[in-house]
Amino acid sequence: MRPPGVNLLRIGGLSLLWRPRALVVGAGLLVLVLGLSIQLLGTGRLALSLPEIAGALLGDGDTVAARILGRVRLPRVLTAAGVGAALGMAGAVFQSLSRNPLGSPDVIGFTTGAATGAVVQIVLGSLDPLRTALTAVGSGLAAALAVLLLARRGRAAGAGYRLVLVGIGAGAFLGGINTMLLAMGEIDMVTAAQVWLAGSLAARNWDHVATVGVGLALFAPVVLGMARDLSMIEMGEDMARQLGVPVARRRAVLVLAAVGLSSIGTAATGPIAFVALAAPQLARWMTRSPDVPLLSAALTGAALLMGADLLSQSAPLGAVLPVGLTTGFIGGLYLLAVMMRKG
Amino acid sequence: MGLMALAALAVLAVLSLAVGSRPVPPVQVLGAFTSYDPGNDLHLVVRELRLPRTVLAVGAGAALGLAGALMQALTRNPLAEPGLLGVNSGAALAVVIGAMAFGLSGILQYIWCAIAGAGLAGAAVFFLGRAHRSGTDPVRLILAGAGLSVALGSASGLLILNAGPDVLDIFRNWGAGALEGRGLTVGMVMLAALLAGGVLSVLLAPALDALALGQDLGRVLGLDPRRVWGLGCLSVMTLAGAATAAAGPIAFVGLVAPHVARACVGPRSVRALPLSALAGAVLLLVSDIAGRVVVAPNELAAGIVATLLGGPFFIHVVRRFNLARP
Repeated sequence: MRPPGVNLLRIGGLSLLWRPRALVVGAGLLVLVLGLSIQLLGTGRLALSLPEIAGALLGDGDTVAARILGRVRLPRVLTAAGVGAALGMAGAVFQSLSRNPLGSPDVIGFTTGAATGAVVQIVLGSLDPLRTALTAVGSGLAAALAVLLLARRGRAAGAGYRLVLVGIGAGAFLGGINTMLLAMGEIDMVTAAQVWLAGSLAARNWDHVATVGVGLALFAPVVLGMARDLSMIEMGEDMARQLGVPVARRRAVLVLAAVGLSSIGTAATGPIAFVALAAPQLARWMTRSPDVPLLSAALTGAALLMGADLLSQSAPLGAVLPVGLTTGFIGGLYLLAVMMRKG
Repeated sequence: MGLMALAALAVLAVLSLAVGSRPVPPVQVLGAFTSYDPGNDLHLVVRELRLPRTVLAVGAGAALGLAGALMQALTRNPLAEPGLLGVNSGAALAVVIGAMAFGLSGILQYIWCAIAGAGLAGAAVFFLGRAHRSGTDPVRLILAGAGLSVALGSASGLLILNAGPDVLDIFRNWGAGALEGRGLTVGMVMLAALLAGGVLSVLLAPALDALALGQDLGRVLGLDPRRVWGLGCLSVMTLAGAATAAAGPIAFVGLVAPHVARACVGPRSVRALPLSALAGAVLLLVSDIAGRVVVAPNELAAGIVATLLGGPFFIHVVRRFNLARP
């Protein structure tokens, strides 16, 4: 017996359950991401058409277009895609574990905590992306641990909203710490850190791409490998335990991996709100799947961040729109819209 | 209790006049008022720089503390506060828009924008959070406030970044809640608004206590809940709007002060409201002084220090009141 909307594929002794709808949505998102990439690669002071982009990428010529693409636009697009994917996936894991649509790393202060470590590095005078990423992961983990412990005490019921509220408080506190660290540093380092704290995709290079790539390669397989356990834990811990899932251990590993994902993403671009909050919900809404939509959330996250970047870059009259502020504005409104609908 | 708080405030005010990147000995602080000598650098520092910001810290802190106490009483929600619920962000956005679109400058012009903005944002958050209905989830109001503050704060940030350099210069420090360089006029306007809002809220105090029993019981006791709500909101708008216009969007002062006050004198509004104002003044003044000391020779905006003190307190209140229902 199969639940509706699920197809079964048998090859020899192996069988695979797959949802046509999820597949179609995934393919559509992939096309959207590719389309956004082409659009982003063509956008800038020197507009490039599709043939020009293809020629520059495939050809060997050392043309102006090839240099612009190779040094500026391609790293930027890849960073946006990677960070969006990491944030979307991390958001899906946290929202599922906390069973709360607001329990995503940007709302509950984890990304602000990751930013703290990166700001320390920057203020100390190191702009090396690898070290920034490492300290960001470290401080992100510390912040996550503190928030989870503070939210834990008391009855288990209500843990979801308690986590959100404690996280909001912790996020405000850590934001204050970040500003204080900035005020302590030297003035040119401070400016660099301030730009960074606004969340920006400008001036990304291949080091940033490598950071995000390594982070995704390390943590994403861990999360994807536990997708099944995650959806069982979401049904209820007792139920999952009876089905043979070692709940406590799986949850610890999932939290670690998801904090890793969101911290690496933060290290590459600075704190970016809204993507981790909205991507999993949009993905679930589109796929209508009862499973935790990890891959489609990652794709949605990539599309969201690239879309926000496109919006920021094509702002009229030379207006400056740091992508973090753009996502903050949209994200706040989105949160309000969610509240309205819950009615 | 009130006397002790007043004494603490007086000591802190003197400290605030003396402490800074250029320390002034107490004798000189006194001298700046008794025998003012415009040729004396230290006297100049005290009278022209430190006195205005001290007045501003006391006025804005008291207004925020009082506004927080009123909001907590009206909504019966221990986390209600003008900063967290987005009222201050609304006032700030209105000021930025006023300065950019209509070229308003000076506190006397944009304070009206701030009050209107505070009113609009307050109405939005109360409507979205269903604060007027008893028995609704207290968490809902806080989440609506969080969403509203993020959206409005980002909008202000985007506008300020894209304004001309002169607007950017005015609002860069103001946006973080820094109190320096604002002039004595700002402090005086702040005190006037505090007086207006304060008188209104003290008059409302008995009605607030009756309303704390619930709207139905309040009505039985002869109150018109809508009138109390209307006047209370007017008072909150005046206080929070003026504080934001004068000192920038500052969060958490309005949260901490009423809790401290109620812990000292109990929940009766007649006593808790004035003490909340005093506690708010003490808190913002401490934040301002600490901001001058901790990262010397640089300065940390008072609003940031208030966040550093208030964030942990917020977590404490969440845990203590076991607010978070599933």
